[in-house]
Amino acid sequence: MADTKAEATEHRRGETRAGAGGPRYPGWLATPAVAWYLVFFLAPLAFIAVTSFGEVVGFSDVSYTWTLDNYRYLWDDFFGDFHLYRDIFLETFKLSVIGTLSTLVIGFPLAYYIARYAKHKTLLLLLVIVPFWTSFLIRAYAWLIILDPEFPVFRALGMSGFVESHELLFTPKAVYIGVAYNYLPLMVLPLYAALERIDWSLVEAAQDLGDPPWRAFRRITLPLALPGVLVGSLLVFIPLMGEYIIPVILGGNKTFYAGNLIAQQFLESRDWPLGSALAMVVIGALTIALLVYARVLGRQEQQG
Amino acid sequence: MMGRRLLGGYAILAYIFLYAPIAVVVVFAFNGGRDVLYWQGFSTKWFEEALKTPEITNALKLSILIALGNALVACVLGTMLALALPRMRPWVRTPIDALAYMTLVTPEIVFAIAALVFFVQAGSRLGIESPLGWHTILIAHVVFNASVVALVVRARFVSMGQQLEEASFDLGAGPLSTFRQVTLPRLAPAILAGGLLAFTFSFDDFITSFFVTGIESETLPIYIWGQLRFGVTPAINATAAMMLAFTLVTVVIAYLVLRRSGQERESATLPGV
Repeated sequence: MADTKAEATEHRRGETRAGAGGPRYPGWLATPAVAWYLVFFLAPLAFIAVTSFGEVVGFSDVSYTWTLDNYRYLWDDFFGDFHLYRDIFLETFKLSVIGTLSTLVIGFPLAYYIARYAKHKTLLLLLVIVPFWTSFLIRAYAWLIILDPEFPVFRALGMSGFVESHELLFTPKAVYIGVAYNYLPLMVLPLYAALERIDWSLVEAAQDLGDPPWRAFRRITLPLALPGVLVGSLLVFIPLMGEYIIPVILGGNKTFYAGNLIAQQFLESRDWPLGSALAMVVIGALTIALLVYARVLGRQEQQG
Repeated sequence: MMGRRLLGGYAILAYIFLYAPIAVVVVFAFNGGRDVLYWQGFSTKWFEEALKTPEITNALKLSILIALGNALVACVLGTMLALALPRMRPWVRTPIDALAYMTLVTPEIVFAIAALVFFVQAGSRLGIESPLGWHTILIAHVVFNASVVALVVRARFVSMGQQLEEASFDLGAGPLSTFRQVTLPRLAPAILAGGLLAFTFSFDDFITSFFVTGIESETLPIYIWGQLRFGVTPAINATAAMMLAFTLVTVVIAYLVLRRSGQERESATLPGV
């Protein structure tokens, strides 16, 4: 059953099983790219895996001693009384979850509008994509200007005092705003891709047969949009677990997440083994999240 | 219908939300005053100022050179990968696919520090005095940009069907002449679009560049990052505005190239990853 399904998908995408079609471009063409991935992507990841078992000698040199000290240190922190690192990881998880949910809440109605009602779908979609391709750094720092109580729009509206009393800039609030802003396109794209395929006459039929709009939405639109929701959530959640730029720029000294923690070990503390161990924890957490996600997806597919 | 109008109004607000911050940076780059937040009349003097600052022009040049080199290498690797993948046996294709996607979704900070450790350790083992510099930025950028190109090119390659390639092979042409005479003419727009996207990806990249660069190689995003420590200035806004313009033009060209070439609607949209 699963086999025929995979085959059908392959055929739909114009890809046939090896040997089934005629002559083709040779597989060795993949070699340079794969070699590049192996040497400059997988090998570096393996390097930090090994480095996480090392220790610092001198100023910043690494000695590969196969010690478990870094992990023991993190374990003691996570499950001990001090839990400095644990709190940072929990905050990071919170940031990723809230960031994902807020882009979903902001992005869904937009994707829905484009997919169902908009006349110039391609243009409107392009307008969502363009900000994504511009500099992440610049889009983050733009909020330094906008969230400042002295921002001219606030002054003109006489709201400077109001904004000041709410202290946005250099607090976690500013980080959450920046995250919702910077990651929004990554959520809207897969949402749109899923919504665009929906046959809206189904929804209309349900309503004609007496379903109130919200129920038609819940019973038809939402299940069909779910794959888009899941993909979009992944695309936002995964990079957020390592978010580095936005907290530094908008959060001031008061905010610190896993990405900043890792960077600190390399930029200031010069403790590469601990930094590598922290990166491994992020990778581990993401792997667990992906496995959970795959199970949810599998269950959903069984039901559908 | 009311729901439709309501959503339409919401969409307008959403687009304002998407573009207002970008507009703010650009508008305040034309502020004549020294203080970003107090408007003192329209002026282009900060653009002139920025273009007269050697740090900025040098960083701009370096950013463009790295982005160009990166786009070239990524195009070659990505296109070759895209040609090889569709007809591979699943057990070979799946892990390669997974690897390519991993380069796009791994949190950048993790890849950046991994590349840093790798370059320093490998460099010291190979006896290279100072291994970090523009070339390490280039190498690291190619990792995820080869995947970007492969994604764009493969979508087009698969959707255009391969009967012509099969005919060419059947008639005895080798892979190279088949590529030159049959595939390249049809695939060129997708390769160009992929290359342009790879260019902007590299041009705008901060995290990877920041960690794998040496002392002397400062790209434009690294320069802006360093200046932000002193707060936003009109000169920074002007630099950022030029960067935005540069990227916007590149992306729009990429889009137009793809749209003009693709009969299929699906190939007319840029990948979001």
